[in-house]
Amino acid sequence: MLNSFIFGNLTLDAIPYHEPIIMVAGVMMVLGVFAVLGGITFFKKWGYLWKEWVTTVDHKKIGVMYIILAVVMLLRGFADALMMRTQQAIAVGHSMGYLPPSHYDQIFTAHGVIMIFFVAMPLMFGLLNLAVPLQIGARDVAFPYLNSLSFWLTVSGAILVNISLIVGKFAATGWLAYPPLSGLVYSPGVGVDYYIWALQISGVGSLLSGVNFTATILKMRCPGMKLMKMPIFTWTALCAMVLVILAFPVLTATLAMLTLDRYMGMHFFTAAFGGNAMLYVNLIWAWGHPEVYILILPAFGIYSEVVATFCKKPLFGYSSMVWASIVITFLSFSVWLHHFFTMGSGANVNAVFGIATMIIAVPTGAKIFNWLFTMYRGRVQFSVPMLWTIGFITTFAVGGMTGVLMSVPAVDFQIHNSEFLVAHFHNTIIGGVVFGYFAGLTYWCPKIFGFKLNEKLGKVTFWCWFIGFYVAFMPVYIVGLMGMTRRINHYSAATGWHPYLVVAFIGALIIAAGIASLVLNIALSIKNRNKEGYLDTTGDPWDGRTLEWSIPSPAPFYNFALTPEVDSIDAFWKTKQEIAQGKSVQKPAYQDIHMPKNTSTGFFIGALSGLFGFGMVWQIPWLIAVGFIGVLVAMVARSFSTDTDYYVKAADVEATEAKYAALRQRGASSLGDSAEDDGMLGSEILNKAT
Amino acid sequence: MKLLRYLSFLAVMLLLSGCKMALLDPKGMVAASEKHLLLSATGLMLLVVVPVILLTLFIAWKYRASNKNAKYAPDWTHSTVLETVCWAIPCVIIGILAVMTWVSSHKLDPYRPLNVKGKPLVIEAVALNWKWLFIYPEQGIASVNFVQIPTNVPVRFVITADAPMNSLEIPRLAGQIYAMTGMRTKLNLIANEAGDYHGFSANYSGEGFTNMKFIVRASSKKAFDQWLAKERHSPNKLTAAVYQKLTQPSENDAIKYYSFVKPHLFEEVITSYMKPEIQSIDGNDRRLTGKEVTGKRHA
Repeated sequence: MLNSFIFGNLTLDAIPYHEPIIMVAGVMMVLGVFAVLGGITFFKKWGYLWKEWVTTVDHKKIGVMYIILAVVMLLRGFADALMMRTQQAIAVGHSMGYLPPSHYDQIFTAHGVIMIFFVAMPLMFGLLNLAVPLQIGARDVAFPYLNSLSFWLTVSGAILVNISLIVGKFAATGWLAYPPLSGLVYSPGVGVDYYIWALQISGVGSLLSGVNFTATILKMRCPGMKLMKMPIFTWTALCAMVLVILAFPVLTATLAMLTLDRYMGMHFFTAAFGGNAMLYVNLIWAWGHPEVYILILPAFGIYSEVVATFCKKPLFGYSSMVWASIVITFLSFSVWLHHFFTMGSGANVNAVFGIATMIIAVPTGAKIFNWLFTMYRGRVQFSVPMLWTIGFITTFAVGGMTGVLMSVPAVDFQIHNSEFLVAHFHNTIIGGVVFGYFAGLTYWCPKIFGFKLNEKLGKVTFWCWFIGFYVAFMPVYIVGLMGMTRRINHYSAATGWHPYLVVAFIGALIIAAGIASLVLNIALSIKNRNKEGYLDTTGDPWDGRTLEWSIPSPAPFYNFALTPEVDSIDAFWKTKQEIAQGKSVQKPAYQDIHMPKNTSTGFFIGALSGLFGFGMVWQIPWLIAVGFIGVLVAMVARSFSTDTDYYVKAADVEATEAKYAALRQRGASSLGDSAEDDGMLGSEILNKAT
Repeated sequence: MKLLRYLSFLAVMLLLSGCKMALLDPKGMVAASEKHLLLSATGLMLLVVVPVILLTLFIAWKYRASNKNAKYAPDWTHSTVLETVCWAIPCVIIGILAVMTWVSSHKLDPYRPLNVKGKPLVIEAVALNWKWLFIYPEQGIASVNFVQIPTNVPVRFVITADAPMNSLEIPRLAGQIYAMTGMRTKLNLIANEAGDYHGFSANYSGEGFTNMKFIVRASSKKAFDQWLAKERHSPNKLTAAVYQKLTQPSENDAIKYYSFVKPHLFEEVITSYMKPEIQSIDGNDRRLTGKEVTGKRHA
């Protein structure tokens, strides 16, 4: 009795001693965590971490933390991918490979969950945090504390997924956990429970972020920035956030019903008492399909920014691009059934959803043409972000084509659930989302950190990913056409798949080299951050067009010393041109700046939610109570706190800006490019001109 | 270089289309139509996709920053003609594809009886953990992981599951359809050539899913009748008890034949999921078929 109160269902058997592969991975993970904690203690950085990062509400720092989380989880998710590719490359004929089915099934589930929820989503929110407030001339997001809370909830979810590696197990159901397989009858262990609570907790974080950024974009734009004058990345971010607000409650409700089925013996999705598993499949895709666009729309925005900046030309067809994004936003909610044409819904239903799906190719196609016409008669600079963009257009054209192909129901009957499908969505997610986010990281890195990433290594990363993608996934398309189903762990030699899967494995290794060069690039660039070629003293290293480039790098914590005013789409570009034409500038009159104060509430609520989730997984009564009540108490306590803001004095702002100006001047003289604009910071240019 | 890769991909596809590409080597009317649709839709889209890829590479190269001979129009952002073209090209392609989709969705609806003379052979398929049970209701026989059909005779599969969701697929004969508990789906197909074809579950259903395969033997009507006659003498009988045993999880089940099938077994499997739980003598919640519906947690 007491034992079950203290430990719930948790026993020492939960640790998979008998699975050497899991144990090695788990031990590595634990050692890694200890190494990081030890390092922090050794260098006496706990106070710094707590004050500057854990409790921060600064959108730029939160963005950086999101990206760190995403990169760490990318390593885990990619390790899963390599393990699967290895298994499929060797498990042919008499060889059963090295992974037992129970472990293999957890790996492909974890790979999907991690890559979507804990790599792509944090990368997306990280980039939004870095760029959106700066692009719209805001000092922070609308709700800075909520932003911190969203991040820590996401971290809690990620930690739950990782704990499942060594305490218990993860779901072995596929990344969307279809019932009845995910029901208690067929999945009686804790795997699906880890899945549910990791997604619920991080899902709340995503929803709150959606609300936060929608409010930020709608309410906090600087004077003069009408909706149709917003930078295109902010537009796509707005579309994605509207999708988050509409879609994530569906995920929450769906998982809540699955929870009731599993914990309370209800029958939403089990066949008895009128329950229906297909209800779950419909609901999960009503979230799942918009989710794809939540990820790709901001990537489209990044390509648009990059292509305009590096072709030295405004985006061709701005309003066309905006409307294309809006059309995609709405259409993305009308196509979910194409994920299960094979349910047998009948010809009319299938045809309607098939046609609705292919209609999305129209605005997407229009976007591709607009990017092409932006390059047309431009001055294309083949910098790293531009390489990602060109790589994207060519790769995504193929992925889009196979997608439209699968939206024809009668074709889908043959390739649904096959490796062809696997190749298709990796084609769009790697070629669309990943390429875009890497372009964005390279593009905005100097704004956030004050230094550029190494150009050569950046190109190595690009070519490894680009070539690696084709080597890894073209064979997967082929085995799909040969009739190979996804998620199998073994096949007979007579199928003829083996050579293709070996090639796919080699492709995965090439991508691994891309990831290694990315990590190396980050390390090398941090080491050389003050050297020429890395250091950005101008604040405008790419000769940019939008407001974020008007302030110094790294962006000061208050972002804009003076709130900018704009009257055109590429506001900063216009200002630069006016100054070049000799428009006079005045000395800025700084004012006090109203700023949010740091708070630890977000961190504590995130941590308590994690405890609550762990308690629910193992059904540990006291932990559930502590987590739940703790969250409530923290929320109530925060709502009574009035000590949430402060003012930066105008004199301090002036001093900080002067420091940046001095740095700019020094950089200009030492780097020898002082001729252009007399060592003025971008922000001064803009402020003086307006 | 990229172009080369695409071309070699296409070349490889064509080279292989004769041998192991199950989807491009159909042996029945339905699969042949699906293949034709796949190729024509791909061809139609390649008409745009290939030029777009080439144009991307060409424009990027021609307007590279170092090429000062190329025209530079730094303020050119709008052209009504070009923007109309931007939207019109995808509209036209998708318009054509939409018509193809509407027509083919109806023509190749798996529920639609095939436009072929002759009474269809009905086969009931039940997805179990992790094997397929096929019942020939009119012939009164059943088999596990094996199904024999006569060539050029329409076949109607009626499908359900007594396990997690699966999907019945025989790529050389027709595309897949889900097998779901408490539900009945249908798949009409025909084999136009004799031979042994691979069938499998295309939807992940747990640990033994990988081996959830079966063989479809399409043979002449005469050979089919001989097979029926032989199986009618099989000593195995599919009674309720034997079926219960069959529903227990197992992998790599050998092919089995049953000369007798409990009447209406297929309907009972479906309706068993519609009935409320009843209390059995030992106090556990059980359904009429004796399966547990309320799972128990274990760590």
